[in-house]
Amino acid sequence: MLNYTFDWSTVTSGQYFDWLVSGLITTLKLSAISIVLAFILGLIIAVMRMSHNKPVRWFALAYLEFFRNTPLLVQIFFWYFGSYKILPAAINDWLVSTNFEFAAAAIALTIYTSAFIAEDIRSGVLSIPKEQMEASRSAGFSYLRSMQYIILPQAVRITIPPLVNQFLNVAKNSSLAMTIGVMEMTYQARQVESYTFKGFEAFTAATVVYLLLSIIITSLVNIYNDKVLNVHKAA
Amino acid sequence: MIIFKGVHKWFKTLHVLNDINLHVTPGEVLVVCGPSGSGKSTLIRTINQLEPISEGSLVVDGMNLSDKKTDINKLRAEVGFVFQQFNLYPHLSVISNITLAPIKIRNISKKDAEEQAMVLLNRVGLSEKRDAYPAQLSGGQQQRVAIARALAMKPRIMLFDEPTSALDPEMIGEVLAVMKDLALSGMTMVVVTHEMGFAREVAHRVAFMADGIILEEATPEDFFMRPQHQRAQQFLRQLLTPMQAECP
Repeated sequence: MLNYTFDWSTVTSGQYFDWLVSGLITTLKLSAISIVLAFILGLIIAVMRMSHNKPVRWFALAYLEFFRNTPLLVQIFFWYFGSYKILPAAINDWLVSTNFEFAAAAIALTIYTSAFIAEDIRSGVLSIPKEQMEASRSAGFSYLRSMQYIILPQAVRITIPPLVNQFLNVAKNSSLAMTIGVMEMTYQARQVESYTFKGFEAFTAATVVYLLLSIIITSLVNIYNDKVLNVHKAA
Repeated sequence: MIIFKGVHKWFKTLHVLNDINLHVTPGEVLVVCGPSGSGKSTLIRTINQLEPISEGSLVVDGMNLSDKKTDINKLRAEVGFVFQQFNLYPHLSVISNITLAPIKIRNISKKDAEEQAMVLLNRVGLSEKRDAYPAQLSGGQQQRVAIARALAMKPRIMLFDEPTSALDPEMIGEVLAVMKDLALSGMTMVVVTHEMGFAREVAHRVAFMADGIILEEATPEDFFMRPQHQRAQQFLRQLLTPMQAECP
């Protein structure tokens, strides 16, 4: 039989609860910032990938292949341990004085995820009939403004299911930030475990938090989908 | 207003427009007809440069399309285009379909743009559909919205590329009525169509195309009563009495 006594109060009250809450807040911040920035960057890279300008297109292609095909953990280490070595001392000092761990993790998550989002959006754009572009060009819109007003709004609607996947990945991948000392959810759960040896409770709490976070993200996107984008009406 | 001089176009090795010379004057309604594959759609699409020409000169509303300095977006804003498949923006309501370009390109306020759009919707008989989405409209209704959308830019020229070919027969009349009304208001129009009733009644001139060549250019009366070219005679025979047409 089990000779392990569950003690859920460790993680539901007191100092360790506070740690977990502060970890949750950091995870929320890191995920939210990375999701928003990765979406914007992904849109830009997707448009560049489809540009008629060859250097722009090649730059986007190189960006995609590079950041999609290297491990996120290596990218986090690169931004945290590598990038500042080539920066001027003044910027370096400033970075160290701020919360550089958090910034490095956000940059890595944003760039890594933007590559996947860009490819999802591009596949959405390719599925929009070319007549839509013709219609907006013939009204006098430039290529970029046609993208902005006509093509991307439709493409993003189609892309929502894969986009939700990417958003969920950001929330879960943000746990890797603990490796450079960002005090997010997983870091704090590990911390609680170290102090109390209550590993089961601590990581159960972390698991529940990530699960809830994912469900909340999915619901928010679905609500946006239904109420704002009118997907069903504009089928 | 639209002047083609020695215009050629090739798709790779396919010669789709062969020495086109055509002059459309302001207020004129020109109907272009001909068998499928004759280049008539390509012809009308060159006028707002949805298809660039390969050779020759094409001047639209005083702007030379071969000139690198011509702002093509500005030209397109002055030329309304109506597609066979309507091509409304499916993610926007009817009113937003109509007001998008006036607001973003002409910089008209949303309120003014919507007022103008309602005038146009009234004109095409669809004012009660202002908040509907394209998917909720019939083909004929979508095409009338598409015409209103093009008119919202206050174009100087309207181009119609087989505007009724994708419609069920009972919806063709409502679209043609809107186009006739537009023609009577003095709009310069180029219409690719197989609706010979429309051509006879509304057009000032009919151009008959086959194999990328304009074979015949005549008033509707001459074209329908006394077609000169043998291909035109054959085309009219097939169109007017399709059941009796001889096999080639």
